[in-house]
Amino acid sequence: MSTAAEAAGREREAPYEGPLLDVRDLHVEFVTRDGVARAVNGVDYSVRAGETLAVLGESGSGKSVTAQAIMGILDTPPARIPRGEIRFRGRDMLKMGKDERRRIRGRRIAMIFQDALSALNPVLSVGFQLGEMFRAHQGASRAEARAKAVELMDRVRIPAAKQRVNDYPHQFSGGMRQRIMIAMALALEPDLIIADEPTTALDVTVQAQVMDLLAELQAEYHMGLILITHDLGVVADVADKIAVMYAGRIVETAPVHDLYARPAHPYTRGLLDSIPRLDQKGQELYAIKGLPPNLLRIPPGCAFNPRCPRAQAVCRGEVPELYPVAEDDGRPLEGRGSACFFWKETLHDR
Amino acid sequence: MAETILEVKDLVKHYPLTQGVLFKKQVGAVKAVDGVSFQLDKGETLGIVGESGCGKSTLAKVLMNLERATAGQVLFKGEDISRLSGAALKSVRRNIQMVFQDPYTSLNPRMTVGDIIGEPFEIHPEVAPKGDRRKAVQDLLDVVGLNPEYINRYPHQFSGGQRQRIGIARGLALKPEIIICDEPVSALDVSVQAQVINLLEQLQGEFDLSYMFIAHDLSIVRHISDRVGVMYLGKIVEIGTDEQIYENATHPYTQALLSAVPVPDPAARESRERIILSGDIPSPANPPSGCRFRTRCWKAEERCAEEIPLLAIPTTLEGPAAHDSACHFAEVRESAAA
Repeated sequence: MSTAAEAAGREREAPYEGPLLDVRDLHVEFVTRDGVARAVNGVDYSVRAGETLAVLGESGSGKSVTAQAIMGILDTPPARIPRGEIRFRGRDMLKMGKDERRRIRGRRIAMIFQDALSALNPVLSVGFQLGEMFRAHQGASRAEARAKAVELMDRVRIPAAKQRVNDYPHQFSGGMRQRIMIAMALALEPDLIIADEPTTALDVTVQAQVMDLLAELQAEYHMGLILITHDLGVVADVADKIAVMYAGRIVETAPVHDLYARPAHPYTRGLLDSIPRLDQKGQELYAIKGLPPNLLRIPPGCAFNPRCPRAQAVCRGEVPELYPVAEDDGRPLEGRGSACFFWKETLHDR
Repeated sequence: MAETILEVKDLVKHYPLTQGVLFKKQVGAVKAVDGVSFQLDKGETLGIVGESGCGKSTLAKVLMNLERATAGQVLFKGEDISRLSGAALKSVRRNIQMVFQDPYTSLNPRMTVGDIIGEPFEIHPEVAPKGDRRKAVQDLLDVVGLNPEYINRYPHQFSGGQRQRIGIARGLALKPEIIICDEPVSALDVSVQAQVINLLEQLQGEFDLSYMFIAHDLSIVRHISDRVGVMYLGKIVEIGTDEQIYENATHPYTQALLSAVPVPDPAARESRERIILSGDIPSPANPPSGCRFRTRCWKAEERCAEEIPLLAIPTTLEGPAAHDSACHFAEVRESAAA
């Protein structure tokens, strides 16, 4: 598909040394009738080429809103971004003009949505929708666009692509539709893909097929991947590093192996402990008490404190920053951070 | 031997496909449930797992008599309830209640929580508490861990997990013997799922309930179930205790399903061997001949297309591998990354 890039007149830059995407101190709020909902409250993360960052969180944790802010597809208003930077290859996208952002969106950063049926247009054939990418971004003719659509459908292993290119989204199964979404994201060979719960709506056997395909294509194109999910299992399978979000903040970051072996934030620990395990059969499951907070009224101090087994007075008074996590002898643990005053104690909990 | 409370024999539910506007004629049928048999003992939890379209929710609806069975029997304490109607059906229904998947659509937004939980008493006045119904509803709220003072609130004032508790309280109102839970936690956040599972287990002990627990999350089903049945395209392909199914699965579909479940342990990434099935579930309107799984099965041979494998204990197997499995070539998978 290198021809596609050439046709666009886009030169392949030299590999970028720094992080492809660098989000710093990002804030997003929604102005609602009942007040200001603070969905994202100072998020930092970065992704390099070829790397997979998993953003783990429950509904309302701000993981999808962050992604939408990166893509520039938030509706403003009601949303607004009062603070923060989103650097793509070193340049802050929030300071770019509309046209420049448009050239990045889809072409350099692409997104895969959870629900392929509602993300695809039901009255246009999938071939037309795939081809539209080439027509809009590269000025391809209808015939060229169609040929490329077939080629893409082949790439994501849709059987009999030539025959099915004129079919409509409802004629495909859930797994096949998600493959079409992946094809669409890959069309212009982006540097970075953001996948927002790409397999949540799929059955497990199909989920495995789709995740494998995504991982394979990522390696082939050496793309950065941000995987947004609530599923601890999917994360363990594919991620290199993890950012755990709660109430609009990152509460813990870690390489994937460290996070599962030794969590340093009580929320992460609670999530891991509430997975049913074999040796707990017949016993009560560990459950994090209480409910995720209302974003209109985030508790003062650490947002997790009302549900935290470790909470002290300091947790109610002060907001913990993301502290670097280190061993007892002071050796820093690479890539690890925890937004908990008691990360040291939590780390030693097991 | 525990008392069998529910026995299902060769249950079939076909939805006719018709053609023509004025003179409708049947041109086929969606075979949603096609010959399912199992039994449920008193106080037991039977888990049913399977992918979307396998017929597990239709099965629940037929058991509840929300859909009429096309053929087969549903015996509740020995009495066939699948053909009942009118007063007889109503009195039997009291004993089988259901908790639905989506707590956002299964509660009427215009009714208060008190009215929702109390409504079963209106329908079955013979079992309604004498005297103070409001008190009874408040007791139910307390049982499911909600503040009894919330009785006048509306569903939208509650979170997903709390709504699911309301649904459970409604299910408990008539003191049923069986509760059918259709994906009761899959719409909830991870941190709230465990709370609801714990509540269901606690209530089972308290009220001696039998559960049929339908879900697609295999680890949760394993945690709560005594026995597990695996469904594929309208049939149960394998059924047994949790150890038999999870450690000694002999049906290829069960093995593939188990291997595909993402394990929350990055260390297992390299060691485990996943079976990636090709293709999708065939249409239940036109299922493959013989074994329904053969189009996606790596063991399939000619025999599988000709002969329908019966759900029975394969004679060649021993120990925990010897349990009901509908495969001609049933065997425990070697090298299962245990």
